[in-house]
Amino acid sequence: MLSINYYLILSAVLFTIGVVGVLTRRNAILIFMCIELMLNSVNLTLVAFSAYLGNVEGQVLVFFVMAVAAAEAAVGLAIVLALFRNHVTVNLDEINILKW
Amino acid sequence: MSGTLVLFTFLAIVAVASALLMVTRLNPITSAMYLILNFISLAGLYLTLKAQFIAVIQIMVYAGAIMVLVLFVIMLLNLEDEDALYEHIPWTKYIMFVLGAAFIVEMIIITGLAGAPVVPAMSPEAATIGTVEYIGKALYSSYLLPFEMTSILLLSAMIGAIVLAKKRFP
Repeated sequence: MLSINYYLILSAVLFTIGVVGVLTRRNAILIFMCIELMLNSVNLTLVAFSAYLGNVEGQVLVFFVMAVAAAEAAVGLAIVLALFRNHVTVNLDEINILKW
Repeated sequence: MSGTLVLFTFLAIVAVASALLMVTRLNPITSAMYLILNFISLAGLYLTLKAQFIAVIQIMVYAGAIMVLVLFVIMLLNLEDEDALYEHIPWTKYIMFVLGAAFIVEMIIITGLAGAPVVPAMSPEAATIGTVEYIGKALYSSYLLPFEMTSILLLSAMIGAIVLAKKRFP
């Protein structure tokens, strides 16, 4: 039987890849997908603890995280669409209207 | 090596490799495809944790709904020229990858130094917990209020998305 550490390390690796993606990429949609990757790695931790501790609350929380991720996807992509309509770019370095 | 370990190793390698490829590909559509592969391998990992319900909605919600939305937006944006969406990453930014690798090594060392695993073995109830019946009972009894609030959240997100994506603000 596997120990829970395998799942925790895998989750940390996936989360770090997501963070690196957010820090390096400048395409708004890519950054969006990296955030989804980070949410998924946290879900993996929650499910692992849920299974190993014999507690249903982790999986209920994953359900809510997925609902929030779906809402975030809809709103985030609508924002990207509105940005593209106004600036004709999704490169975040060129979008600096909030910068003083 | 037990069968679970072989399965876990295979799925973990697929998940990490697809995540790395997703971050490094320049074409957004290729990245989205690798992210879908990553989601599917994560669903397999949920199955090794005996969480059937979560595995199914992972495929349906993430690999299905959300990624279709993302691909739809990508294809909506670069109808005319695909070159606009290719980005040029300065070489200095690759130091982030080095820092990320250092962080991962730290995490592995910390988990290894902690000695015995936090929880030694999977709970015997794990197989019953992952079923739709068990999660449904929890959702509709102890977590009824958060569940209903989730529906309000989804409704407001739907309205917000429609308002944001409209041609002109009223």
